[in-house]
Amino acid sequence: MTTVLEAAGLGKQYGRRWALQDCSFKVPEGKVVGLVGPNGAGKTTLLHLAVGLLAPTAGTISVLGERAGDDPTQLGRVGFVAQDTPLYGGLSVAKHLRMGAFLNPSWDDELAQSRIEQLGLDPRQRAGSLSGGQRAQLALTLATAKRPELLLLDEPVASLDPLARREFLQGLMEVVAKHEVSVVLSSHLVADLERVCDYLVVLVASHVELSGDVSELLASHRRLSGPRRDPDSLPESQEVIEESHTDRQSTLLVRTDDPILDPAWTVQPVTMEDLVLAYMSRARDAVPRRRPKLGVLR
Amino acid sequence: MIRFAWMQSRTQALVAFGGLVVVAVVVAVTGPHLVHLYDTSVATCQARGDCQTATTAFLNEDHTLGVWLGVLVVAVPGILGVFWGAPLVARELETGSFRLAWTQSVSRKRWLAVKLGVVGLAALAVAGLLSLMATWWSSPIDRVNLNLFGVFDQRDIVPVGYAAFAFVLGVAAGVVIRRTLPAMATTLAAFVACRLAFNHWIRPHLIAPVVRNFALSIGGFGSTNGGPFTLIPNPPGIPNAWIISVQIRDRAGGGLANQYLQKVCPNLGQPPAPGTGGIPGGGVGARVAPGGANGLQECGVKLSAMFHEVVTYQPANRYWTFQWYELAIYLVASLILAGVCIWWVRRRLS
Repeated sequence: MTTVLEAAGLGKQYGRRWALQDCSFKVPEGKVVGLVGPNGAGKTTLLHLAVGLLAPTAGTISVLGERAGDDPTQLGRVGFVAQDTPLYGGLSVAKHLRMGAFLNPSWDDELAQSRIEQLGLDPRQRAGSLSGGQRAQLALTLATAKRPELLLLDEPVASLDPLARREFLQGLMEVVAKHEVSVVLSSHLVADLERVCDYLVVLVASHVELSGDVSELLASHRRLSGPRRDPDSLPESQEVIEESHTDRQSTLLVRTDDPILDPAWTVQPVTMEDLVLAYMSRARDAVPRRRPKLGVLR
Repeated sequence: MIRFAWMQSRTQALVAFGGLVVVAVVVAVTGPHLVHLYDTSVATCQARGDCQTATTAFLNEDHTLGVWLGVLVVAVPGILGVFWGAPLVARELETGSFRLAWTQSVSRKRWLAVKLGVVGLAALAVAGLLSLMATWWSSPIDRVNLNLFGVFDQRDIVPVGYAAFAFVLGVAAGVVIRRTLPAMATTLAAFVACRLAFNHWIRPHLIAPVVRNFALSIGGFGSTNGGPFTLIPNPPGIPNAWIISVQIRDRAGGGLANQYLQKVCPNLGQPPAPGTGGIPGGGVGARVAPGGANGLQECGVKLSAMFHEVVTYQPANRYWTFQWYELAIYLVASLILAGVCIWWVRRRLS
């Protein structure tokens, strides 16, 4: 399996603060990868490292088998839509396309023109007066028409209204279907990722908490509910990710490849949102819980 | 990349071009008149014997326009640095569009090098054309004034060097400060400081000046900048020379002691009477002593038997050497600064 993105011990330091530290993971080819994590987890830093905007302080990151960096060939293989989709406010839509043609030897002008037409954008309109959704679509067009092997998108839909968000993701899916491009899409909006992603990477405090095929991940996790029970009494093959208890009932989210045999449990499938939230809160609570040092004997 | 750099800077290039056209029209309308006036009045004044009136009348003609043209040539490099140089990278960093620009299939080094090249060459062209027009327009005036070094930085090729330096200085300020407005302010301050420092500390030392003895000519008696009262020598009339200093010396090289001066010219040195005016060429704060100009003249005649003037100066034929030296220094400094910008954008901004 070829990897499109591979990080090993990757770290980036700003002054004394580490924005990303000791980050290692692999992303296989041909997937639409959702990179999820809370704000400040290092998603943007990670994508900037991947596209050569930043240089790592520690470790390595390779993209499409080559070390990421500020190299024209490598830059040509990766399309990037940055957060808040920066464009030149004073230049028209048509001039943005000409910029793309000037700066990318692999530019596909037919693709760019047809996408602009399809989106109903006026080529003479200045980018500064476009709506948020149109800006994002133009940025996606620019990134796509250079015919990259990998598309990196940093929170492209975060600031869009639901309709524009859906249209953007539809556009993205069309691109993926037509051009067989791998995609890494960062977001903290899990519901949006659920629609488009088939691979998930959960990044919390610069550590990868979970990564894998969405279908496999969904198949290997179960929500169990039943009479109150100590999670430590579960079989070894069932890893408890999240637990919540009331006086009489326990609800657990477990990871297991085996079927659940215990008839006491009501077994339910999990959604992607359940998974992401469970892993994110587990990482947050990873600090050892304080327990009373002295128990009172009765 | 060149075409993209041109696309981005086309508006400002058109504005600059428009400004040049306006200046060209003004210069083309008034210039021939000035040449004609020179040919008919100053050039033939010796035959008529009214050179004093002719030159005064000639220099008064279009005096204001000449001053403003000079101010423009001095100011335009700074303006280019502030409005073209400083925002070049700073605006991209400020608006975030660098994330779009640096992820196209062009390395950052090439991106900046081409932008520096395209906009920088445009800045050089603007300053060069402006200086060319100012130099042509002022040439009859310069022929009358005979003070080429006095307008050294408004003429010929040095404005091109200033423009290159101001532009790259602006880019560097933008790259380091990363915000447009502070970078613009810094550019202006740093450019003015560099120009002044160069004029005071570097230009006088580029070539060792000529030191020559001239016959003593007394310009006045007074004090310069609040110093003690003494005789102020008149600089000799060397056309187009840059007079650096004029000192009164005797044959052995000694100065003119005040006691000796009192002895030879006893009616000098009394406190100046109220109501006496300054003497032209006498320096700042120079005042006529009692006895007036006649007393001075007498004194000068008495002293010239023993004393002479030692004049330190740069002769007129070094004018172009100075122009080329200064241009070369500013251009080399610009290239070094451009290298620093590229290094900074590649290394420090990632």
